[in-house]
Amino acid sequence: MSALAITPELIAQHQLTEGEYQKITEILGREPTLTELGIFSVMWSEHCSYKSSRLHLKKLPTRSSLVLQGPGENAGVIDIGGGYAIAFKIESHNHPSFIEPFQGAATGVGGILRDIFTMGARPVAVLNSLRFGPPDDPLAGARNRRILEGVVSGIAHYGNCFGVPTVGGECLFDACYNGNPLVNVFALGIFRKDEIFLAQAAGVGNPVIYVGAKTGRDGIHGASMASAEFTEEAKQKRPNVQVGDPFLEKLLLEACLEAMRTGAIVGIQDMGAAGLTCSTCEMGSRGGVGIEIDLRHVPQRESGMTPYEIMLSESQERMLLVAEKGREEEVFAVFRKWGLDAVTVGEVTGDGLLRVKDHGTVVAEIPNRELADEAPLYDRPHTEPLRVAPIDGPAFASQDLGADLAAILASPDVASKRWIWEQYDYQVRTNTVMGPGGDAAVIRIKETGGFVAMALDGNQRWCVLSPRQGAILNVAECCRNLSVVGALPVAATNNLNFGNPERPEIMAQLVEAIEGMGEACRFFETPITGGNVSLYNETLGQGIYPTPVLGIVGLMHTPPVTIDFKAAGRTILLLGGIGEADERSFGGTQYAKAVLDGLWGVPPALDMDFEKRLQAVAREAASSGLAESAHDVSDGGLAVALAECTFGPAGIGAEIDLDSDLRPELLLFHEGPSRVVISTARPESVEELASRHGIPVLRIGRTAPDRLTITQRGAVLVDREVMQLRESWANGLTRSTGLA
Amino acid sequence: MKARVYVSLKPTVLDPQGQTVRSALNGLGYKAVSEVRQGKLFEISLNPGVSEEQARHEIDTLAKEVLTNPVIEEYRFELSE
Amino acid sequence: MTFGVVVFPGSNCDHDAFHAISRNLTWDGERCEAKFLWHAEESVGDADAVILPGGFSFGDYLRCGAIGKFSPVMRAVKRFADSGGLVIGICNGFQILVETGLLPGALVRNRGLRFVCKSVALRAGTQASPFTSEIEPGRTLQIPVAHGDGCYYADERTLDELEAEDRVAFRYVDNPNGSLRDIAGILNRQRNVLGMMPHPERATETLMGSTDGLAVFQSMAAAIACRTPLVR
Repeated sequence: MSALAITPELIAQHQLTEGEYQKITEILGREPTLTELGIFSVMWSEHCSYKSSRLHLKKLPTRSSLVLQGPGENAGVIDIGGGYAIAFKIESHNHPSFIEPFQGAATGVGGILRDIFTMGARPVAVLNSLRFGPPDDPLAGARNRRILEGVVSGIAHYGNCFGVPTVGGECLFDACYNGNPLVNVFALGIFRKDEIFLAQAAGVGNPVIYVGAKTGRDGIHGASMASAEFTEEAKQKRPNVQVGDPFLEKLLLEACLEAMRTGAIVGIQDMGAAGLTCSTCEMGSRGGVGIEIDLRHVPQRESGMTPYEIMLSESQERMLLVAEKGREEEVFAVFRKWGLDAVTVGEVTGDGLLRVKDHGTVVAEIPNRELADEAPLYDRPHTEPLRVAPIDGPAFASQDLGADLAAILASPDVASKRWIWEQYDYQVRTNTVMGPGGDAAVIRIKETGGFVAMALDGNQRWCVLSPRQGAILNVAECCRNLSVVGALPVAATNNLNFGNPERPEIMAQLVEAIEGMGEACRFFETPITGGNVSLYNETLGQGIYPTPVLGIVGLMHTPPVTIDFKAAGRTILLLGGIGEADERSFGGTQYAKAVLDGLWGVPPALDMDFEKRLQAVAREAASSGLAESAHDVSDGGLAVALAECTFGPAGIGAEIDLDSDLRPELLLFHEGPSRVVISTARPESVEELASRHGIPVLRIGRTAPDRLTITQRGAVLVDREVMQLRESWANGLTRSTGLA
Repeated sequence: MKARVYVSLKPTVLDPQGQTVRSALNGLGYKAVSEVRQGKLFEISLNPGVSEEQARHEIDTLAKEVLTNPVIEEYRFELSE
Repeated sequence: MTFGVVVFPGSNCDHDAFHAISRNLTWDGERCEAKFLWHAEESVGDADAVILPGGFSFGDYLRCGAIGKFSPVMRAVKRFADSGGLVIGICNGFQILVETGLLPGALVRNRGLRFVCKSVALRAGTQASPFTSEIEPGRTLQIPVAHGDGCYYADERTLDELEAEDRVAFRYVDNPNGSLRDIAGILNRQRNVLGMMPHPERATETLMGSTDGLAVFQSMAAAIACRTPLVR
């Protein structure tokens, strides 16, 4: 074992506290070796152990009759009927994407795809939720644009080459992301429900097999950089950035799925964060067995790597699997066919230990369960959530509501994201029934004839005004996005992006957001089957707004309804009514942001029961064919929602008259929840349907050629050509950003 | 022995990447730059004991047959110890 | 009637082509069949036509299609084409065909430098081919493109020759990638090999938003049906 003395400095460099180190020595009954210290430091890092959030994550609902696999595996799994299941999860790659946008985002896609096919599912859809600093920021604009361009091309590079369609997502901009962009990637795969593979080792004596890329000095834990064992030369050799290889991953996918079909594979896990360390000890721990490996068998890209480096490397596109003893050759034959390295590196043991040897010499020997499951758990102090905005906003009065509408449509948050999603192959696999630009993305499942809808939502403006209420509204909106296309929301995954949890006012944001999310997911019956927590999103003391991102999947049996008006002369209905609004709940809107450059107040109120019934109406209107078009009212309020309905290929406009006492700015642009715009040829049937659910429906106008006209009891508020509004919206992102 | 094979687009073939780099450079104030053509560099290590003549023949063949597409690209190479 | 779909390491539209043929294509009331041909195979077997599908064969790491051309199956595809068999290369398959020399020219980086995925309008440049015979003159087809290197390039003489010999199979109505003379697809001199950047297999069902791609495969089926059996 390494003779290097473990000093307090070395412990601190590994970001372990004194108490944590104490616990390590208790588990081992001795001082750790350097390699062991490294192993503990990555397994007990925030990233791997969720030590700040675990206590609170337990408050989330995780079960339903459809959930086949909840949190704790590589991805959640739900039953979609017909003998099939889907695996899905969202994961962040925030920090790497700031350091190197292209590779950071690309390897983020690679990581989540491996999580999906590790379970035996073939990835069939990717969505992403992105946050950047404003592309037109006077100081950071150029850097923000570079990050945006790099992230988008990185996602495109990896997903397109791998052959998974990127079917949707969301992208918002705010100055709080200037130093901390967020890249959250969601992936979904399909498989037969009796063919789920778990990341568990079993069967003493079974071989442990390493597959895929060779191990290099990629992404080794930053804390270890200063460790005395590394020479200057070694540091220079160590790339800071992991480089993804989507082609290799595509081969891994095909080879793994083919190898699984041989029946010779017992368990399988990808090597993501903390690479070999995490995969060996977690597979051992889950299976209640030990794993012994000898590092001399590990394929290495560089010479002279130490056990410490091999165990901590985060080289991409690697998998670890346990096969049935005696059937190795069947597995190797598959990997040979695909031109991949597969070697036996060790075996399953009965002693519950992770034993790492280097040419026969033991360099680490740690009880698996304690390493994987007994990570420290912190109840970090939390007070009141950080409040950055005033309660009351400025006085305002619009000079030209039509111009305000055009300005919001052209603002980066609301403007068309075509520039982004046209770079993604959103059609490969020919399942994309509703691609980017819809309220939800929908793919058909060839195997069952059904459809799966997916939506990602996060609203950091609401969440910074009230993390709890913001999170509740996020869940409601995400479910609504699924319901309007006709899908029943059934399960969720979450990505919790927050600042430094050691600050009580930030920890409070996290706790309240989780509690709000839990409450809403319980109510809307969308259990959280897995996800990711990304903390410490702070640069130079400047943290991000709390940004919990929800990914919800829904099921449906009919093709989805799209946003755009299909024909003139149809009745336009506002399901749920005008809603309530006042100046204080107006401070989080896009109007406040794009027109008034402000943020204040509180998020709008939500009646969850009303919302659920509204969604039932929307869903039924969509799936029964009553709704020719449907769109939820969200960012930018009713006026923006109506404008978006006119941007279809037919270019159909609308004549709207609103009967309301609200002041015009609030009437047009408030973002209160529980509202859906539909167009229909059979308004009576929709009204009858809505009344059955106790939901008010307003006939607000008719579709008409070429113009969008909105009046309030006859007084004109907005009267613009559809072409003109569409131009603002279609070119808003590229114009404001200088992106070509 | 090592070989460096430079692959570039034929002068008659449009190079939008090179053009973009050039306009970026001009925009950044590098006024002396009039044209940029982007290409590829392959660094190839040869097994010990390979003669120069053998190396020259093999590199020339593989550059022609594999590393370049003669419809749009041309190449040159150099050998070093 | 069987279409062979070649699978290179890195092909990712292979399943799409398979699905389009085996689920969406019928000829004379009968469903057509598809089968995969692994790139290491030396023969195309009993296939009546060969599809080189889209994707990123061998990662497209050297040049698009540059390594795929060395796969053993390509020798078989070449023999098949030489004996008159129908070969269609779609997207990456087109790139492989030009790399192999079965078709002239090259496919270079899109003029806009970015990958572009969208539905585009196409016009058949000729009806006189086994890939376009079922497309009525003047008809516009809506078929998606999805590529980063789809800009068709050839020298002036080659372009003139392609036009003089009526070998431009498809042209873009609104050129998405800078292809010279709006070329989206071309034929070899014998007219039994087609390369095209747009993906007809992605437009074979109403659910996908268009069925216009079927016309290409129906033309192929018609040609196969009325042809005397090939000597293999």
